[in-house]
Amino acid sequence: MNLSLLVILPLLTAVAIIPLKGAQSVRVISLISSSLQLLLAFALLYFYWKERSAGNTDSMLFESNYRWYAPLHINYHVGVDGISIAMILLTSFVVLAGVLISWNVEKLSKEFFFLLLFLSLGAYGFFISLDLFTLFFFLEIAVIPKFLLIGIWGSGKKEYSAMKLALMLMAGSALVFVGLIGLYLNTNTGNGQHTFDILQIAQMNIPLSAQKFFFPFAFVGFGIFGALFPFHTWVPDGHSSAPTAASMFLAGISMKLGGYGCLRVATFLMPEAAHQYSWIIIVLASVAILYGAFATMMQTDLKYINAYSSVSHCGFVLLGIGMLTKTAITGAVMQMVSHGLMTALFFACIGMIYDRTHTRQLSQLGGLLKIMPFISTVFVIAGLCSLGLPGFSGFVAEVTVFMGGWQNADNFYRIATIIACASIVVTAVYILRAVGKAIMGPLANSDHSLLADAKWNERSAAALLIIGIIAIGIAPFWLNDLLTPATEIIVNKISAIVK
Amino acid sequence: MLNDFLYLMNAELLITIIIFILLFLKLSNEEWKNEGLLNFINLLLFINLAAGFFYIPNGNLFGNMFRANELLTFEKNLLNLGTLIISLQSYDWLKNHKHVPEFYMLLLSTLLGMFFMISSNNLLMFYLGLELSTIPLAALSNFDLDKRRSSEAAFKMIMSSAFSSGLLLFGISMLYGATGTLDFSGIKAHLNGNSFQVFSFILLLAGFGFKISAVPFHLWTADVYEGSPVAVTSYFSVISKGAVLFVMVSVFYNVFTPLANSWYNMIFLIAVATMIIGNLFALRQQNMKRFLAFSSIAQIGFILVGMSAQSTAGSSSVIFFILIYIFSNLGAFGVISLVSAIAGKENMDDYKGFYKTNPVLSWALAISLFSLAGIPPLAGFFGKFFLLFAGAGKGNYSLIVIAALNMVVSLYYYLKVIKIMFMDANEHPIEKIKTHWQPKIAMAICVGGIIMTGIASGAYNYIHSLLK
Repeated sequence: MNLSLLVILPLLTAVAIIPLKGAQSVRVISLISSSLQLLLAFALLYFYWKERSAGNTDSMLFESNYRWYAPLHINYHVGVDGISIAMILLTSFVVLAGVLISWNVEKLSKEFFFLLLFLSLGAYGFFISLDLFTLFFFLEIAVIPKFLLIGIWGSGKKEYSAMKLALMLMAGSALVFVGLIGLYLNTNTGNGQHTFDILQIAQMNIPLSAQKFFFPFAFVGFGIFGALFPFHTWVPDGHSSAPTAASMFLAGISMKLGGYGCLRVATFLMPEAAHQYSWIIIVLASVAILYGAFATMMQTDLKYINAYSSVSHCGFVLLGIGMLTKTAITGAVMQMVSHGLMTALFFACIGMIYDRTHTRQLSQLGGLLKIMPFISTVFVIAGLCSLGLPGFSGFVAEVTVFMGGWQNADNFYRIATIIACASIVVTAVYILRAVGKAIMGPLANSDHSLLADAKWNERSAAALLIIGIIAIGIAPFWLNDLLTPATEIIVNKISAIVK
Repeated sequence: MLNDFLYLMNAELLITIIIFILLFLKLSNEEWKNEGLLNFINLLLFINLAAGFFYIPNGNLFGNMFRANELLTFEKNLLNLGTLIISLQSYDWLKNHKHVPEFYMLLLSTLLGMFFMISSNNLLMFYLGLELSTIPLAALSNFDLDKRRSSEAAFKMIMSSAFSSGLLLFGISMLYGATGTLDFSGIKAHLNGNSFQVFSFILLLAGFGFKISAVPFHLWTADVYEGSPVAVTSYFSVISKGAVLFVMVSVFYNVFTPLANSWYNMIFLIAVATMIIGNLFALRQQNMKRFLAFSSIAQIGFILVGMSAQSTAGSSSVIFFILIYIFSNLGAFGVISLVSAIAGKENMDDYKGFYKTNPVLSWALAISLFSLAGIPPLAGFFGKFFLLFAGAGKGNYSLIVIAALNMVVSLYYYLKVIKIMFMDANEHPIEKIKTHWQPKIAMAICVGGIIMTGIASGAYNYIHSLLK
């Protein structure tokens, strides 16, 4: 299977909608394209399983490698393992749901869908890249569309949020850039030549001093994308000002670029430094988890609630990576997928409620279950998944991270795990409070009684994401089987070096 | 001998022929219509550009004073391309101007000077080319004949460039005293890095610094850019700087190699200062031309980072970046020049709501600015990446960290313009701009170049192969 299709399809669609006139045709084409993306992702999963069951044990499958800038040793090198496939699946789910949910965008709809497709192109490209330059290229592609999406279609203090997001993410990628160049210059493929190739670098031993110097650049740089404390401040503003689909993309996909980069680039390529710095990562992640959870308790705006809870939930991703055990890292990737689906669903719900009631303040909402039963039920499902109820994906992911964390015999790791566990209680408080205020109880505003429930596009978007959440929740083994071979390689590399 | 003369100087001769055609047009009694004249001149410039690709000379002339090879021809072609783009873009401004042939005569004279400068193999020839390219430029910046700011710009330009030429000449004469020759290869053989030679080199560097407006020699830039007509401003910022940078790369890399350690430190300091000061000043500008002036100062800082690499990657990334810079900066100037010529507005606040009325031009300006900011998949990303990448090759990571953070700062002011165009509301936005097909072609070339040059790796690989 040719992986570049995942990049070419959104690109072609984005180019194809430029000359179109009229919103309807733009929507239909985007819908067709994003459905095809979902099909492609499933086809990829199918072929991957077929290869694996046929006994193919290569670390990366479906590789292709083309020279791009030969004098600088830059290649367009793509390939996937279980982790990338999980992220690609997540992306395709969120893209399709995002396109469905923005069906009624009237303002500049062509530009809107163009940017959405461009963003998805960046994400797919990032997840399939096996060359650091290509990876960085796609990482940066995914920044500017967000700026425009928030700034043009957003609400509230949108210009401020858009600028803050763009500059912070750009600062992140500047750090990543320094890290990547440092990594590159410390590689050696014989007679002083360097390489950007992830698989080749993984075979080499980068000098420890270089690892210790460049690991922080790469990890913090990607960490800014993944809401690493204290660089998470773009998350609440960015999410709450963004239009619904952009919030979904931002929380569902973009923040995952950071987690994936921390894992694939920083940890995988500089394992000794990762091991030495792991305590810092764990401290920061634990702070993010607790701080995010407590900050959420104080929020009264639904989008801010979900944004701060995203900081908390993404803390689990970094915590899992910092624990450096196989189970914990598998859990971290599961948490990325689970959080991506769940938070996209949450933002979709909030968007639907906001479109109808024109408010996101808890104090002005109440009793929505009576008038919009579908939206309210979805909201409750998203909430329950967020607080980690068994049967939904959140539970599976978080438990895996905790178990992986506990596997470390050291007390430090166990205390961090306990702290992270404790945050679930806080999560329950804010989720149940939000659900209780907004969904249950008496109708807060009598004008709301005339509002309609979800339309077909909103229903199908929600259904799509719920299917994903439940599929992971009740049958986690398929995701686990998908991820384990890939995480094993990463962890084996770390443990080999540490011993 | 005559054959050599004709072949090796084909690019220069072609431009001279065009200048003479224009001169005869001017001298004839006929009253030429501006539209027809512009069409004809642009056709000539196009032929001039196309001809550059057909025959690639290689050899020396005038006792090794003048040289020609594939790299130099490529550089000249880039300058030809930039000149053609500027000429197409300024159609709407020149349409109503009384002195079209004079404008092009001066413009092409500077271009001719730059060609001689690039091809020079001797400090005297270099100085001759430099002066030929500078003096007509001062006249050009006065070409908005009824505007006082334009005359002011010309005056500032001529004063500062006279001063910098003086420094340069002083440096050249000291270098002559130190080495006893003006020939590049002879100079190289006599350089040993003693302090007298380093001192004369500093004077040379100061002269170069003036021309490319590197900090601390940048003070003339903003006023001259703001006062000159937009076409001349874009010529200043792209073509004239590009030509000097071409010479700098070749001279620094091939002649002053014995002084490499000292010039590395100088370039390092100048690069850092140029990036930081250019960025800090660009943050606060309200006039689009001044804004681009300071942003182009910051761009020079990035170019100097690449130049500090002292490797093939360094020189090829600089030349590659100039190619990209021609597309990106001329794309931005093209929109500004249309708006300035047709709507008469140059302030940033006038661009509020620009997207509502002029979506295509807004996207063109946005793409150019994104490319200048270094956003993929546009060419500027590749250009900046390669410059910093080459600069890192020396293992001086502090320079790269500073440069990378400066890229973030520069993103802020580029995004500010984007925000003004796309997001700010305005009761009276600039009206829909209707233009001739020639500026449209120019914009298409720029945008096409911005999109394609990076993703298709051919241009970089070609430049790299020329430098090997």
